[in-house]
Amino acid sequence: MLKVENIEVYYGHIHALKGVSLDVREGELVSLLGANGAGKSTMLMTISGIIRPRIGTVTYQDIDLTKKIPEEIVLQGIVQCPEGRRIFGSLTVIENLRMGAVRRKDRAELKKDLEWVFSLFPVLEARISQSGATLSGGEQQMLAIGRSLMAKPRLLMLDEPSLGLAPLVVQEIFKVIQQLHQQGVTILLVEQNARQAMAIADRCYLLETGHVVLSGTAADLKSNIAVEQFYLGGTAK
Amino acid sequence: MTSLTPFEFIIQQAINAISIGSIYALMAIGLTMVFGILRLINFAHGDLIMVGSYATLFLTLAGVPFWIAVGGGIAISCLTGLLMERVAYRPIRGAQDVSMLLTSFAVTIFLENIAILMFSPSSRPFPAPGLLNSAMNFGALRVNSVDIIAIVVAGILLILLTFFITRTDMGTSMRAVSQDLLASRLMGINTNRVFVTAFGIGSILAGIVGILWSARVGKIDPLMGFYPVLKAFVACVIGGLGSLPGAVMGGYILGFLEILLQGILPASLTPFRDAFVFSILIVLLLFRPNGLLGSTEMEKF
Repeated sequence: MLKVENIEVYYGHIHALKGVSLDVREGELVSLLGANGAGKSTMLMTISGIIRPRIGTVTYQDIDLTKKIPEEIVLQGIVQCPEGRRIFGSLTVIENLRMGAVRRKDRAELKKDLEWVFSLFPVLEARISQSGATLSGGEQQMLAIGRSLMAKPRLLMLDEPSLGLAPLVVQEIFKVIQQLHQQGVTILLVEQNARQAMAIADRCYLLETGHVVLSGTAADLKSNIAVEQFYLGGTAK
Repeated sequence: MTSLTPFEFIIQQAINAISIGSIYALMAIGLTMVFGILRLINFAHGDLIMVGSYATLFLTLAGVPFWIAVGGGIAISCLTGLLMERVAYRPIRGAQDVSMLLTSFAVTIFLENIAILMFSPSSRPFPAPGLLNSAMNFGALRVNSVDIIAIVVAGILLILLTFFITRTDMGTSMRAVSQDLLASRLMGINTNRVFVTAFGIGSILAGIVGILWSARVGKIDPLMGFYPVLKAFVACVIGGLGSLPGAVMGGYILGFLEILLQGILPASLTPFRDAFVFSILIVLLLFRPNGLLGSTEMEKF
């Protein structure tokens, strides 16, 4: 479905991704793990077309994404829910959700998807006309995911959805991610919370300073010594 | 001249203040809209007033009926604004604020000098018809028709704009883009269309202001845009740069301040009216650095 091949990405002067390859198949939940600064967000921004790779290709169902602008990539069904939530604070909850669906033409389907989002996150329905800035951190994360879902993603990319949230809320978010996966949404999940992300993933990639150092099923990775070190916060040299 | 009762005097000055405030508010909306979305203070916005007024003048001289010429003038002002965005601002989008500000000065100098070359630097009378250029008497009150028209036109436009900004997808997209450009792009919002719409609306408003301003002053010249854009900028700063309600509020506050100071300052000091206005602005900014309706939080990035 999505194929990233040998991309070299520079972020300013920083060589952020050094020949990284990755693929996501239809219906899969793939976790992209790694410490701060490993290049995980850069990877998502490259897929979304915000940053362009110097070398390498990103293809989605045989379409070359590296030549497309972010807005077109969203139209292809690849939607990113960015790190730090980045909801529109001065817009109401319903306006935020409408912005997720702003490019869609199938107005009839919208109502159904709105109900779907509200069934995943009932709290959003209760806060429907509140401004986004007045929501709690967890509610804002739910709104951010809901907003992305309103774009009807075929591939949903979530960047650190558990960042800065209380443990109980993290559980809730992960439960919803699993639910989405079961409903057939293809997901590429970026997380620092490796244990949880591995627990729900079909496959994982471990990124370290711009390289994929490990990849495979969650079980494969769990048995690996480097991952053990990663859990402890050390970096395998 | 019949003397006015204090009540009539206040009414008369209030009409003056609301009228000039309306003009500042309409100008300020265009400025603040573009600033909110692009972080660009477009000083060339004032020259759109000039372009629209000259276009209207030459269309009338060519025999086009005045009100059709007004439509043409506004359209040409709008086209100039869109061209400005496409040619000057789009290539440097995302550049540092200073580069964008300098570009806007360059556009200003370019347009003004083109106008001086084409139309000569001397001013020309603006052919406002009776409807825009007559005094109406209500008892002892004398009101200029252009003031009433400015108030009514601004009222209608503000209602339309409020509807547009709060109720339509494009209006909501504009608010989204002004808040977070990256998130807007990741949601698939067509940001180019948002930029173009902001310039288009601002330029149409500038064209309309051009007609009202020229009818008020009675003459036009190539540098006529400087004073209104400066006032509009002050209005934006009073209200909080980037805030649409702030720009409107700032416009009316500025109008009231000017008329109030004109009324209460001794005659020997009225030439320095603007100095007093700006002093009040400085005091305001000491207490509210982000303007009256500006956000108190620091900017992102």
